[in-house]
Amino acid sequence: MSRTADLVIVGGGIQACSTALHARMRGLSVIVIEKDTVARHASGVNAGGVRRMNRDYAELALSQRSMEIWNRIETLLDDDCGFQRAPQIKVAETEAQLDEMRARVADLNSMGYDHEVVLDQTQLRALVPAVSPHLIGALASLDDGFALPYQTTFAFQRKARALGACFHEGLAVEAVRRQGADWQISCRGGETFTGRYLLNCTGAWAGKLARQLGENAPIEAVAPMMLVTARLPHFCNAVVGGPVGRPLSFKQMANGTVVIGGGRRGTPDPDTNVSEIRFEHLRLSAAAALAIFPIMAQATIVRSWSGLEGFTPDDLPILGRSSTAENAFYACGFSGHGFQLGPGVGEVMAELIATGSTSTPIEKMSIKRFN
Amino acid sequence: MNQYDVAIVGAGPAGMAAAIESARAGLSTIVLDEQPEPGGQIYRAVEAADALRLEILGKDYARGRDLAAEFRSSGAVYLSGATVVNVNPDLEIFYSKAGILTSFSAGALIVATGAIERSTPLPGWTLPGVVTVGACQIMLKANGRVPDNAVLVGSGPLLWLFAAQMIAADMQPRAIVETVPRSRYIAALAKLALNGAAIGYLRKGLQMMRTVRRAGLPVYRDATSISIRGNERAETLCFESGGGHHELPVELVALHQGVVPNQQITRLLRCQHIWNERQRCFAPVLDSYGETSVPGIYVAGDGGGIGGALAAELQGRLAGLRIAEKAGKSIASDPAAIRGELRREATIRPFLETLYAPSSQILAPADDTVVCRCEELTAGQIRAAIDLGAPGPNQVKSFIRPGMGPCQGRMCGLTTTEIIAASKGETPSLVDYYRIRPPLKPLQLGQLAAFSGEKSDRDTIEGGARG
Repeated sequence: MSRTADLVIVGGGIQACSTALHARMRGLSVIVIEKDTVARHASGVNAGGVRRMNRDYAELALSQRSMEIWNRIETLLDDDCGFQRAPQIKVAETEAQLDEMRARVADLNSMGYDHEVVLDQTQLRALVPAVSPHLIGALASLDDGFALPYQTTFAFQRKARALGACFHEGLAVEAVRRQGADWQISCRGGETFTGRYLLNCTGAWAGKLARQLGENAPIEAVAPMMLVTARLPHFCNAVVGGPVGRPLSFKQMANGTVVIGGGRRGTPDPDTNVSEIRFEHLRLSAAAALAIFPIMAQATIVRSWSGLEGFTPDDLPILGRSSTAENAFYACGFSGHGFQLGPGVGEVMAELIATGSTSTPIEKMSIKRFN
Repeated sequence: MNQYDVAIVGAGPAGMAAAIESARAGLSTIVLDEQPEPGGQIYRAVEAADALRLEILGKDYARGRDLAAEFRSSGAVYLSGATVVNVNPDLEIFYSKAGILTSFSAGALIVATGAIERSTPLPGWTLPGVVTVGACQIMLKANGRVPDNAVLVGSGPLLWLFAAQMIAADMQPRAIVETVPRSRYIAALAKLALNGAAIGYLRKGLQMMRTVRRAGLPVYRDATSISIRGNERAETLCFESGGGHHELPVELVALHQGVVPNQQITRLLRCQHIWNERQRCFAPVLDSYGETSVPGIYVAGDGGGIGGALAAELQGRLAGLRIAEKAGKSIASDPAAIRGELRREATIRPFLETLYAPSSQILAPADDTVVCRCEELTAGQIRAAIDLGAPGPNQVKSFIRPGMGPCQGRMCGLTTTEIIAASKGETPSLVDYYRIRPPLKPLQLGQLAAFSGEKSDRDTIEGGARG
């Protein structure tokens, strides 16, 4: 296997696999080095939301670009990724919450985006009849959806590999250094790789690699937790987010199981690769789910899970060039909402690396903001 | 502060014996068990059994009454009908009882959750009218009922024991279809080491087989290519035996291929496990007292490797004594003597494990055989996921969802590991097993939402124990 490529990507999550694919499509040779296995952490275990709704304005263009790829994901990857179109909605309990939603939609419209709308109580209940009657409306993005995270990331890897990207799994990167115009990447066990370009896609572990480039990527490992119920008859076709004060993400999968997540965190330990469920905190997710969907009281939980994700202080990803090192790039710190962005991030990063610039504005996500 | 010095999960022979020792040594001890009465599966409902049922089930079963009586008077707090749904690394134990979720903390944990029947994936095993031999025997113990006209299919001492018990109950099975190949008898005899305990087991085994022979029920040996056919439910049992093809009309098929450790709690707590090639299952790594790789967590009984009821009781005593010893309590029994008894008990195991090794048909199910019942996934789908590049059980689980249903992987876990190991040419040890996350048993969302988040005090828990 080749030890030299145009682009060496460290990390094997969706951002890495998507960038590997898009870089191959642009003709760059690619090596991906993953310390565990592809999609082992955040990319394999997240809630799978394909959500444009309620994103930070800085991410909107990227999120839209990504959505265009999601809409043709099966053509791109020869795999449907379990992608299902479904409204993403965020419910409101108070007039004040609804007013904020109206203001946001007005903002978005003025920026030229029309994917989000405000629903009144009647429209909300028509869309999701099972929601609690006390909810008075919602913010919605009707053409969003959800997908299966592991299947999606795995499909990106397979397609990238089929197009010639070279994956090294179970190999931990220890050091990166400049050697002439290239990057030399040394791994535990002595293997080394050489690349013209270096991309840090190491998620919750990205801070360490950044320090080797002499800059600060303040990424904290966080372990969001989720609950899954036994199969239930179909009653919900939307991905439902909780209002302020009731962090919740709620969706019913094609097989009838309901996945409940949103805001509650386990104990992460990035040094040992594990996260511990804080069972006593899951009750808050359960309570939020019941407040929005009272019919869930008798539903049985069969599993919980959590995975390690990298969060930044402002919850925005770190995306783009290094501010200190030539030909080094970042796509990390997605702060629990990187899955939908994955396809777009890959296209944007490949474009940036191959051509030196990208047509999608990503400056606000630059690592410079932490220097 | 810990509410209890020792928490024990399971009130079978291991759990009861452990509680007796630790309570006797003066440690505050609590036992949680899902059943309404102590006994576990082996001594299920033994306190309530009448003379007739005791006669049907035999001396080995009746023995559980003394143990249960000793346990009842040991001073340990006994929480029946309590389902443990989580244990965290600080040994906080969360359980559900009478619809209420409660937690408390313990200084040490003894996992005495015993064995579960090995899953038996073969064509038609998910049809109504197909059950396990263990489930039938539980019905006999708990309700005094036995199924009519059952055909017992598989391998292992339980098959013969249950047949003999059914005959004693005057409800003899229709037939026994045994999957043990003839060549195994020679291989097993080579493993036979005799001592008093082993001779006792052999004698019991021969006695059960004699009972079956005298009753005159048909026994088909060395059966292969087993399948159960039927539209709405099991109608026909098909197999090869004695050089011929057989098709028996059936009403009830009871399958059995031995038992394997219930490893859910030790997996949840990330105790180290190793593959036991002779028993073809994973078991936690234990020291000579039953302590796992995680300090303070012990396993006693079949959950640490299959050894039977008497071994379980001895292991329970050892774990209870060890915790008492570590707490600086004086102990009345000699652990070395108990270990000597354990060694004698174990003498028969190599013979039994060789003779009754699970049939190759269920270890390597055909592509179209369902492996994960909850998500209705076949062996072929698992193999296809591996061929696509999914590296291990957890990735296969993420990818196509085996082990994600209400049984939480108990049914398909070992089979999935075996299939992956065979497909990749790796050892099951290297392939490993599903990661286990809470809840350990399905739990109502409403119960979790109503959980106070506070550890309960002992008065509340013990009030519950009385109630």
